[in-house]
Amino acid sequence: MEQKELQVAALKNGTVIDHIPTEQLFKVVSLLGVQQLTTQVTIGYGLDSKKMGKKGILKIADKFFEQDEINRISLIAPSVKLNIIRDYEVVEKQLVYLPDELLGLVKCNNPKCITNNEPMRTRFKVIDKEKITLQCHYCEMKTKKEEIVLL
Amino acid sequence: MKKESFVSIVDCSKEDILHLIQKAEFFEQHPNQRILEGKVCATLFFEPSTRTRLSFETAVNRLGGRIIGFSDAATTSSSKGETLKDTIKMVSNYVDVIIMRHYLEGAARYASEIANVPIINAGDGANQHPSQTMLDMYSIYKTQGTLDHLTVTMVGDLKYGRTVHSLLTGMSHFNPTFRFVAPEELRLPEIYKQFMDNRGICYSEHTDFSPEVINQSDILYMTRVQRERFTDLMEYEKVKNVYVLTNSMLAGSKDNLRILHPLPRVNEIARDVDDNPKAYYFEQAHNGVFARQAIICHVLKIP
Ligand SMILES: [Zn+2]
Repeated sequence: MEQKELQVAALKNGTVIDHIPTEQLFKVVSLLGVQQLTTQVTIGYGLDSKKMGKKGILKIADKFFEQDEINRISLIAPSVKLNIIRDYEVVEKQLVYLPDELLGLVKCNNPKCITNNEPMRTRFKVIDKEKITLQCHYCEMKTKKEEIVLL
Repeated sequence: MKKESFVSIVDCSKEDILHLIQKAEFFEQHPNQRILEGKVCATLFFEPSTRTRLSFETAVNRLGGRIIGFSDAATTSSSKGETLKDTIKMVSNYVDVIIMRHYLEGAARYASEIANVPIINAGDGANQHPSQTMLDMYSIYKTQGTLDHLTVTMVGDLKYGRTVHSLLTGMSHFNPTFRFVAPEELRLPEIYKQFMDNRGICYSEHTDFSPEVINQSDILYMTRVQRERFTDLMEYEKVKNVYVLTNSMLAGSKDNLRILHPLPRVNEIARDVDDNPKAYYFEQAHNGVFARQAIICHVLKIP
């Protein structure tokens, strides 16, 4: 049952990230630093999904994500589910949450913001989690969901 | 003890504001004190602003402190490509407090995270200028005897005017009623209206600078309508003389009305208003020294 749902070959230990919007798949790969991993990774692109039409899937062997790590993808793939696999069994499901603060993830759209002029990390407060409105910690400019640009 | 900086009016609670006003009042009565004796203050002006710098330097001098710094980034190593971080790190080794003005927004907040001495923001681009807000609020308090339940009318450029946005934020703790008078192109941004809606603050917007609005006001806060803010110059030509206050417009105004302006003014207040006892903008600028004395002592935790 689980294996059918996952549409890819079985994984002994690791994490399966399912229901990734297809167009965000490679952004998710890069945000999670998958290229830096030395374990086996299967990337499924454009798979059929009843819910989404097309979807992406990531199967990462011997890797378990900290909540902070996985929250990095909350802006682009808020509704993905992570299946934690141990010994071929799904032992846990992990959800993605939008954190209160986003560090080094979003670009400030204000060209006169210090973060666009100094070698430094950006920092945003999430001031509305439902509408996804961000505010730059430095220049205080607010960014609406549709204006968000990732670094 | 935790280092305290003064970066944005958004960080100030109602208690902070009232405390600073009390202090400013004290310094107005006793402007010359030796309480900064032995202290060195830096005024780092990466963007020139003679008015603000002189006000801060007067505040320091009257308290017996010493000053190092620069008044223009062209003369500093930042013009040779040094990062803000390096400049702040270096200067914070020398001094007890850094007063800085920068053309980039968020510069003061960033500096406050790097420096091991308090930072006072003397203006960061279009973002914040909290010492101006404190002197505006001290002026309102002094002329009205209170900050509570006042009707404050703001006129002119409400879109880009940072003094307007900061004053609105600072006053929001005191149950104000706001009247906003601006041309269509320079209306108050939506986010500030949302902020007031969330806080249940009463306000109305007007394009007409009419006696009705003036006559209800306790404070009339005038700002410059600048030509370069308009995308449509025809529009500027149409409105440039609409948001100008003349003495005759004050005929039916309240006795306690006072006219404020962050200065410098261009033509938005006619010269014939200057002699009206309700004109307060020159005294307002003078209050800046006391407000800044209060801020400096506040960040240095001098009781
Ligand atoms: Zn910013």
